[in-house]
Amino acid sequence: MTKYIIKRILIAIPVLIGITIIDYAIMCMAGSPLEMLQGPRVSEAAVEAKKIALGLDKPFYIQYFVWLGQLLHGNLGYSIKSYQSVSSMIGSHLGPTLLLMGVSLIVSLLVSVPAGIYSAIHQYEKGDYAVVTFSFLGSSIPGFFLSLLLIYIFTVKLGWLPSSGMTTLGTQGGFGDVLKHMIMPVIVLAASMAGSNIRYIRSAMLEILQQDYLRTARAKGIGRFKVINKHALRNAMVPIVTVIGMEIPVLFGGAVIIEQVFSWPGLGLMTMSAITSRDYPVIMGVCLLSAVVVLIANLVTDILYALADPTIQLD
Amino acid sequence: MDKRNKMKIKLNSEDIANESYFQTICRRFGRHHLAAVSLVIVIILGGAALLAPLIAPYQPDEIVGTFSGAPCKEFWLGTDQIGRDVFSRLLYAMRISLLVGIMATLISTVVGVVLGLIAGYFGGVADMVIMRFTDMVMSFPYILLVLVAAAIFKPGLWNIILILGFVDWPGIARLVRGNVLNLRETNFIKGNIVAGMPLRHILFSEILPNTVAPILVYATSVLALSMLDEAALSFLGLGVQPPTASLGNMLNGAQSLTVLTKQPWLWIPAGALIVVLVMTINFIGDALRDALDPNSTR
Repeated sequence: MTKYIIKRILIAIPVLIGITIIDYAIMCMAGSPLEMLQGPRVSEAAVEAKKIALGLDKPFYIQYFVWLGQLLHGNLGYSIKSYQSVSSMIGSHLGPTLLLMGVSLIVSLLVSVPAGIYSAIHQYEKGDYAVVTFSFLGSSIPGFFLSLLLIYIFTVKLGWLPSSGMTTLGTQGGFGDVLKHMIMPVIVLAASMAGSNIRYIRSAMLEILQQDYLRTARAKGIGRFKVINKHALRNAMVPIVTVIGMEIPVLFGGAVIIEQVFSWPGLGLMTMSAITSRDYPVIMGVCLLSAVVVLIANLVTDILYALADPTIQLD
Repeated sequence: MDKRNKMKIKLNSEDIANESYFQTICRRFGRHHLAAVSLVIVIILGGAALLAPLIAPYQPDEIVGTFSGAPCKEFWLGTDQIGRDVFSRLLYAMRISLLVGIMATLISTVVGVVLGLIAGYFGGVADMVIMRFTDMVMSFPYILLVLVAAAIFKPGLWNIILILGFVDWPGIARLVRGNVLNLRETNFIKGNIVAGMPLRHILFSEILPNTVAPILVYATSVLALSMLDEAALSFLGLGVQPPTASLGNMLNGAQSLTVLTKQPWLWIPAGALIVVLVMTINFIGDALRDALDPNSTR
């Protein structure tokens, strides 16, 4: 077991280094930050001075190592627009995003686990078809379109829910206020995740239901409820762990668009405004952060997976 | 025992009927009623998109009516902010969105298949390098990568196709690699190697045809995904640029409050069309998965 975990971590290290190289290469491809400075009011000499100050006169690989060295000290560079350090910008926007992602993940699991299990138990019945059709709808509807529909219904027509921000402007907010602002973005994020989760859990559960140990449990006559909830559900934990691991990158990506539509003051909104103003250090900082988080999430999933199912071997 | 006998009889009856592989697939596909209906819808919508110049009552970029006119007899779905016919634009938009989806899927499939074949067949260093690279690309959240690429390269039709195509391949590469690893151990491939068949023949005439089914299934989900991504990108203004209409950028106007609240004909039809197209493609993929499953006895 320990051997497996160590092996898995050793594989992750070159991937991590590769991620930083890709990240840096994209940033270089994006063009030098000097282009932003150019204009009629900036002299050649000033640009040249800035170039040396930013270390852009050195060869590519040295620049990469300088950047990597700073990275290890937690320095992700500075925003071209606001001159704030990228790490502090990320730090101040991380909270709302984590809140949104965490709640959406929990909601999507609360919906998809029971729905997937129900669907598997009632395979090829009307209820199963309804659940599967809805799950396809969930994964087929673009997040931004669902957001617009929800805003149209709940904000414009009914006036029940606020459509932008995290708290009502001019107030301190508070639990109820944040909750109200969170309902629609959470629904949208959770719906897109639940779509694929339901089908995944359903097929995993169908496989479990055919296993010999479940037939034995049924043969003991302990009743349907106990068979499903005690014997089947415990084994369904493995696919559920996988589902959580799969959702992390989806969450990061989905948050960018959803936060933009609902003006949720998180990492996604910050990234989107950095993208429109071509603030590359900020964009690449977020990219790097999310890639590392995804990598760690995959690693943890694999390890949990191996803990839950001892028959898994690393080939 | 009884069940197994029945199965044998059924299989025999199939042999007698001399059903070809293609016929079996079609029969199994037809059992999935939703998919059968979906296929009809996709054909109708695809046909409408293909024949857009013949069907559309107006030119898509021509100003023909009042600004933001409500649907009426003359303009079935109303007119947009600068007086273009929404229905005509919708037909052309579907063309663009389908083009983006299909081209991006083709590119990512080709890239994924080639890399997967190389990694799976040759193994060793090539396998390790390709698979680690796949891991790296997969670690970046997909939409974020697309958004960054769209921000770096100028947004436009062909750039979007290339970006989506070159970001989507890791899934296919993994799938093909896994299949090739299994196939390499089979006797008919070993026989080919012993017989000294050229590598090109083994890879493309022996291995590839045997892994087409899962690739096809996966490609349908890539098609659905890339259409969703095109829509999201164009909605954010980083995708297909106006005046060219795409289903995503037709929804872009809904970011303004007047359009959202007072002119639903400007955004609901385009959004609904995306949902219908993506959902039907997903249903077809689902049915294909069942129909092409070699372990299925139905």
